[in-house]
Amino acid sequence: MDTMTEQLESPPAHEVRAGYSEITPEQGERIRARLSDEKILDMYENMVRIRRFEERAGRAYQQGKIKGFCHLYIGQEAVAVGAMSALEEKDYVVAAYREHGHAIARGLESNSVMAELFGRATGCSGGMGGSMHIFDTEKHFYGGWGIVGGHIPTAGGIGWAIKYREEGAVCLCFFGDGSVPQGAFHETLNMAALWKLPVIFITENNLYGMGTALERASSVTDLYKKALSYDIPHHTIDGQNIFTVWETIDACAKEARETGTPSFLDIRTYRYRGHSMSDPATYRTKEEVQDAQQRDPIQRLHNWIVEQEIATDEQLQDIDKAMKQEAKDAEKFAEDSDFPPVSDIYDKVYVDWSWDIEGPEVK
Amino acid sequence: MRKILFREALREAMTEEMERDESVFLMGEEVAQYNGAYKVSQGMLDQFGPKRVVDTPIAELGFAGIGIGAAMVGLRPIIEMMTFNFAILALDQVVNTAAKMRSMSGGQLSCPVVIRGAGGAGGALGQQHSQSLEAQYVHIPGIKVMMPATPYDAKGMLKTAIRDPDPVIFIESEILFGLEGEVPEEEYLIPMGKGDIKREGTDCTILTWSRMVHTSLDAAKKLEEEGISVEVVDLRTLRPLDKDIIRQSVKKTNRVVVVEEGWHWASVGSTISDFVSRDLFDWLDAPVERVHQADTPLPYAFNMEEFTLPNAERIMDAVKKACYTKA
Repeated sequence: MDTMTEQLESPPAHEVRAGYSEITPEQGERIRARLSDEKILDMYENMVRIRRFEERAGRAYQQGKIKGFCHLYIGQEAVAVGAMSALEEKDYVVAAYREHGHAIARGLESNSVMAELFGRATGCSGGMGGSMHIFDTEKHFYGGWGIVGGHIPTAGGIGWAIKYREEGAVCLCFFGDGSVPQGAFHETLNMAALWKLPVIFITENNLYGMGTALERASSVTDLYKKALSYDIPHHTIDGQNIFTVWETIDACAKEARETGTPSFLDIRTYRYRGHSMSDPATYRTKEEVQDAQQRDPIQRLHNWIVEQEIATDEQLQDIDKAMKQEAKDAEKFAEDSDFPPVSDIYDKVYVDWSWDIEGPEVK
Repeated sequence: MRKILFREALREAMTEEMERDESVFLMGEEVAQYNGAYKVSQGMLDQFGPKRVVDTPIAELGFAGIGIGAAMVGLRPIIEMMTFNFAILALDQVVNTAAKMRSMSGGQLSCPVVIRGAGGAGGALGQQHSQSLEAQYVHIPGIKVMMPATPYDAKGMLKTAIRDPDPVIFIESEILFGLEGEVPEEEYLIPMGKGDIKREGTDCTILTWSRMVHTSLDAAKKLEEEGISVEVVDLRTLRPLDKDIIRQSVKKTNRVVVVEEGWHWASVGSTISDFVSRDLFDWLDAPVERVHQADTPLPYAFNMEEFTLPNAERIMDAVKKACYTKA
């Protein structure tokens, strides 16, 4: 871990704010030596895919096509895309309820995720889970969980299974800063360190747990200190710089796959929208949001790609158009899809249940 | 037939299943080096090593969740709760994660975990260590609940629970760990969802499970001397409930007493009474009677503990009431 720590050179945590680090010439050189232009453009495209998808989902929600809770990922795209870009097929992902972006970044089709939001049978969870419960076992995408912090032990269990079966893989566990005070977080970090479970615990620190600012919820706001008490390697990084995210996850994942060492990341990011669709976010100022948007992760990568002559501004705008169309098509796909058969409520509770499940008869 | 203790029967079940299937492992507080708080797992660390018999910190939520997560990706963990009083800390993981994942994922996921350990009154252990908490699990769709009463059942049922593809809560009465009973050497399984008639009778049916099976048998024996023939049905699995065995017995006796060790409001006993009253209304000759713990936390003082728990005398009174016989 020492080499990794040196290489990454995180600034002191209190200096890291959303957008603290620029893509420096040195980082740019490192990235260009390791990532092909194609891969870089792919990462860009995925961030745009997520943003356009979320904008479309937000509109569909306002039109009443999506119901329940819906948590948009706009502003945080570089975290999911940077992280997933460092993964291999055999690795696992567990996320919370703001997870549309993680699912798409992991390779789930926009159609399948949108259909899930619409509660349709063609959705990745057959429409039964909705926005907060996205699963795709083929992609090793394990949720989609709605209890704050409750999925952190679940990820620990995947880490346990990886180690037990000697798979040489890693599990990424995403959660918000609101999860960090939960007991589930602390119990799992302790056991992950004790047993060397290959899990990367990723706090997407967007500064608010719902409407409560981090400093009002956590006695310690430099979250890496939580990891210190479990002797887990940690990094505090800028989540609006996709390459910083990628480099950090890449290094931590390699370490985890090879030695089982878990790690803890405090990734500073920002959500532009409210906590959920029903949240007008009056607990923060317009200026604060605008300030964060000045350091938009997509715009930042856009500028860098053009400056590096990897693609022209026009080419990137074409990507944007294509992604807008993809989101639009996904909405149409979802709307045109059927709802799941009602009998599924009885069929998908147990693997083996040879008795009558009580409830209204399906006609 | 050879006789072994209840705790030994449980150990044999786990040992045989771990020998049979590499994906089965045991995790919990004090299960390995200490050989189990109740010596259920005695010797298992020596046989299977620390990879498969795992001591945990005291963090029920955390290690239950780790077991559930490991089950989600294909392992078959046995998670030992030292007692189910402590399992309350892990209830979120059971209710919100294990029970829900199959439905939430549209049938993609399954969770073949067994969460087992001691439950019920323990004998002067006081309020926080003497609770029958099965109702809180039986309430939840997505999990199964088993509670054995004899060493024979304990072994056959635990083997079934470990092989079951769904999450199983397996509660073992703390007082029964030292109970001796016949257990054959050869392998056998007791099916999920099947009750067992522990004593045949014709005048009244007692529906019960776990330790109360023995208290009920005691009452039935005494009632026989008074000329009342009681059938004692051990339900064994509480979710899914063996409705057929209840129907068959009640159609024969037409009178029912439901006996449970724990509290009666919103309990397993109340649900069974509800089922009998509605499903078998035309077959009943008397209202369903119930015997249960007093509606209080269970105190330490020996006389108070004895007073609060169901006993053979109260069961006898309830049977007589159901039979319209003077108590």
